[in-house]
Amino acid sequence: MRVYLVLVYVFLYAPIALIVGGSFNAGKQAMIWQGFSLEWYGKAFSNPLITEALGTSLYIALATAAISSVLGLMAALGLERVKGWLRTFFDALIYIAIMVPGIVIGISTLIAFVSIFELVNPALTATFNIRLQMGSWAVIAAHVLFNIAVVALLVRARLQGMDRSLVEASEDLYATPFGTFRQIVLPLLAPAVLAGFLLAFTFSFEDFIIAYFVAGPDVTLPIYVFSSIRRGVTPEINAVGTVVLVTSLLLLVIAQLILQRGNQARVRADG
Amino acid sequence: MKQVVIEFRKVSKRFGDIAAVIDNNLAVEQGEFLSILGPSGCGKTTSLRMMAGFEQPTSGEVFIRGEKVTGVPAYRRPVNMVFQHYALFPHLSIADNVSYGLRQRSPRPSAGEITKSVDEALDMVRLGGFGKRRTYELSGGQQQRVALARALINRPAVLLLDEPLAALDRKLRREMQVELQNLQRTVGITFLLVTHDQEEALSMSDRVCVMREGRVVQTGSPRDLYDTPINRYVAEFVGKSNFFSAASGNVTSVRPELIDIAARRKDLPQGLAIRTDGRVLNRIFLGEQTEYRIASDELGEFTVVAPRKAEHLSGTFNIGDSISAGWRPEHARLLPDN
Ligand SMILES: Nc1ncnc2c1ncn2[C@@H]1O[C@H](COP(=O)(O)OP(=O)(O)OP(=O)(O)O)[C@@H](O)[C@H]1O
Ligand SMILES: [Mg+2]
Repeated sequence: MRVYLVLVYVFLYAPIALIVGGSFNAGKQAMIWQGFSLEWYGKAFSNPLITEALGTSLYIALATAAISSVLGLMAALGLERVKGWLRTFFDALIYIAIMVPGIVIGISTLIAFVSIFELVNPALTATFNIRLQMGSWAVIAAHVLFNIAVVALLVRARLQGMDRSLVEASEDLYATPFGTFRQIVLPLLAPAVLAGFLLAFTFSFEDFIIAYFVAGPDVTLPIYVFSSIRRGVTPEINAVGTVVLVTSLLLLVIAQLILQRGNQARVRADG
Repeated sequence: MKQVVIEFRKVSKRFGDIAAVIDNNLAVEQGEFLSILGPSGCGKTTSLRMMAGFEQPTSGEVFIRGEKVTGVPAYRRPVNMVFQHYALFPHLSIADNVSYGLRQRSPRPSAGEITKSVDEALDMVRLGGFGKRRTYELSGGQQQRVALARALINRPAVLLLDEPLAALDRKLRREMQVELQNLQRTVGITFLLVTHDQEEALSMSDRVCVMREGRVVQTGSPRDLYDTPINRYVAEFVGKSNFFSAASGNVTSVRPELIDIAARRKDLPQGLAIRTDGRVLNRIFLGEQTEYRIASDELGEFTVVAPRKAEHLSGTFNIGDSISAGWRPEHARLLPDN
């Protein structure tokens, strides 16, 4: 059993280890270790194609995270008031949005946008002389689509654990509904929203499939990596891969910690 | 006649098919300590929530200091509530919890005024110096007192308390009962307390309002309710009593401690209206008094509580002993059997 387990882990993590290892390799050959070096990181970050792709990815990820957090929070708060079969229906929609494979979101968003463009572009060109086309904004739209669900799910979980009487206590102490939202509800939901923000950022930052379909002429970091490895894996790409990997892992861990701390504080307050 | 601070006029509340409160006419007077007493589900919390403004009556009107507040939301009513599980804000310090109500006012009091009021309020509940702590660092009793300070700092027209002591253990509950009573006398604010614990209601309140299935059955001082209950339900709920069936749906109610007991009829005191012979079925020694369960041929089973102090006259009895018992005419009350 042990042996199998070790083999499984080797199988899972060896490629990742190779990438990380390769990124620190002084030589150009991926399989031959020629000493430790940060040379490739320097090279990668002075390559304008890479920095531009990184910029695009960061912009998309930040916008996605921000929009998803706001909309996800609103969706969760709105769902609180929905009851009965409508609630079940919306809950199902949320789960579906999370579970649908990226490729389906990619293709369907592409088709949706293309058909909308076909419909509105003739009129737009005629009147304002502009044409809508694919690009970063389309990636953001597609990413927001399922990250709303991620944020909504996290916020919902926290809302359900929240003591309703806190809201009543606030109203009882003369706070207006908006005052209660600002001073009580929002601070208590903040950890969930923040964790959702980080998760949305991560999912968007590292996504290749959806972006590949709808990015149009824009190049995100994963798209750049994909197109350049067709010309062979360079240590430079390994360095980029390692940066993406470490960033994603770090954000996931932070999100997890925030959620845990939020829950602990709640347990202590209840007890 | 004292001024009425909060009043229900024919207030009813329905939740779908359930009538939680029916035709309630309750008037709370300025400065009094009133308890609403009743079994689980009789509509106590619903009544309180309609005063706080969390629920609106299905019919009827609510008045606060003579002003109609039906339909007015909670945040515009000059009353405050102490919640059963305290509902302290977990993300705020104790001081920020206590000052919360003051900080919602417009114009907002100055920082100096707020600090001063918070210190006073915390001193009042004997938590001076606790302002910087977090809520989860406090014990249940301390959290309870923070909740009190947080409400009282606003000097509400009425302080509403929904079973505030239910979550505390027995000893702490007893302490808090005394403390609540003292607090109410010092601050002079009207207290309206909801409880299903008759001892709590009787020991703390100036007046008690007994509820049953959404309706008010009787309101009066604890002594009035004990001495002159209007029906069997109140007599049963407020203290203990023996009930003997009487004519046309009535019962005769006699409090166990008002029944005299002796070894023979001639040993019973003079002037008793009813005398009967019986046998001791059971005996419970309670320290300052002893509780006997008696079976009599004429009257059935009943309970007698004999004070320790009277034992030198009456003697003590064992299970199986033959005894005589009786009571004075003014101690028997003819009551409607619900
Ligand atoms: N929000 C609600 N929706 C539906 N029914 C309710 C609601 N609140 C209360 N009820 C019902 O109204 C009745 C009175 O409830 P209420 O909470 O006032 O009782 P209570 O006297 O406070 O009881 P307890 O001592 O158990 O707290 C109960 O039958 C209860 O089930
Ligand atoms: Mg209740």
